[in-house]
Amino acid sequence: MLFLRRSLPLIIAFAVGMIGILVYYIPHSGAQALEQELTTWYRIVAAFALLLGIYSLMRLHWNRVQRQQSGWGYSFLVFVGFVLMSIFATYNDGQGPLNPQVIDSGPFVWMFKYVQVPADATMFSILAFFIASAAYRTFRARTPEAAILLVSAIIVMIGRVPIGEAIYHALPEIAQWMMDVPNLAAKRGILLGVSLGAVATALRIIFGIERSYLGGGE
Amino acid sequence: MSRDQIIFVAFLFVFAVINIYLFGSDSLSADWAGFGTFLAAGITLSLYSFLYKDNPLFKFAENLYVGVAAAYTLTQVWYTVLFPDVVEPLSGLDSQSMSNLWLIVPTLLGLFMLTQLSSATFSWLSRIAFAFVVGLGAGLSIPRTIAANLLAQLEPTMQPITPTWEGLNLLIILVGVVTVLVYFFYSVEHTGPVGVASKIGIWFLMISFGASFGYTIMARLSLLIGRVGFLLEDWLVLELPLF
Repeated sequence: MLFLRRSLPLIIAFAVGMIGILVYYIPHSGAQALEQELTTWYRIVAAFALLLGIYSLMRLHWNRVQRQQSGWGYSFLVFVGFVLMSIFATYNDGQGPLNPQVIDSGPFVWMFKYVQVPADATMFSILAFFIASAAYRTFRARTPEAAILLVSAIIVMIGRVPIGEAIYHALPEIAQWMMDVPNLAAKRGILLGVSLGAVATALRIIFGIERSYLGGGE
Repeated sequence: MSRDQIIFVAFLFVFAVINIYLFGSDSLSADWAGFGTFLAAGITLSLYSFLYKDNPLFKFAENLYVGVAAAYTLTQVWYTVLFPDVVEPLSGLDSQSMSNLWLIVPTLLGLFMLTQLSSATFSWLSRIAFAFVVGLGAGLSIPRTIAANLLAQLEPTMQPITPTWEGLNLLIILVGVVTVLVYFFYSVEHTGPVGVASKIGIWFLMISFGASFGYTIMARLSLLIGRVGFLLEDWLVLELPLF
């Protein structure tokens, strides 16, 4: 039983990991077809993982409603939104769930257009206020590094609006240069470091050194 | 009544009066589109009310949004993955499409993943599914990361440097990349020449963080302008030259 619970997952991770690497380097139609098939499999299994996540979220709110914890009414609202949207998705503008999704009409599209999109955009736009207040605290130029950060942010912000050009005609070009040269250099440096780390972590997973994804227990 | 309760009631009253006027004057059409605009305006204002403080209106809109977004995600999983990649190919099996039978394997693995919710007797099966996803994800990511993030980034960094503005920019990028990497190299003590390089790396990082910060603020402000434009033009139907 220990073999099934501990060793088999490690063997599977090693086997599919090696296949995932090898199919990329084999210039044969069979390898490419296998890569495509495996990508589809990956998408299907990952979709089930998403179902697991949604279940966890709904169970959390269901527990709150069941135990009538403080604010349980708001958790009930999560179910209202979820059930309504799910019914509309299943209805699929009269086509039913066993047909391709209708994406230009029907109650599902209405909910998406008038509930999800405005809420999404508003949630993200609220961050503008919080970022501004954080900037006030962060951008006090107490050290040379903080001063560089402050000047860089101001040039990029002012350079991207019409008033920037009115203040100094070359400001938009300076802002663009900052994005294209020093910003790119730092981003590239970070990306190289992150990529090396990602490759190392992936190799650790394939060779069974990193096994935290198996969870605890036997 | 507390001050907050008075503000809450006054807000609802003003919102109701404005909408009665808008529907009464035909500024908002009495159909699903008009009702949608009214609802979207209510959600937008409820979410912005958080800028005053956490309140029932915000929590109402926030939780409704969470439910709708969760169902939307579920819908996308069904219509973009499970239905076209599993249900449709497996339900129409014939002698021509017997190769689709292989799709039972990932479906089983997906179902194994759901055993995570069951008792300990079966939940170990989910490890097989997790091992497949994590192992395959790791395997597929290695060559792609090397090709797209390492080699593709190194090539433009190491170009011939000519005595032109373009060449100067290439030199600045090369210095920036190297010094940033030196800053993140912790195996050597950052003193002497390494310390100087590391310091220059910090300056490049600060410029980048500042630029990213400014860029993010501008993106968020664009969204804010979009929402204010919606409230003024689509909901209140004001003819403003600004939007």
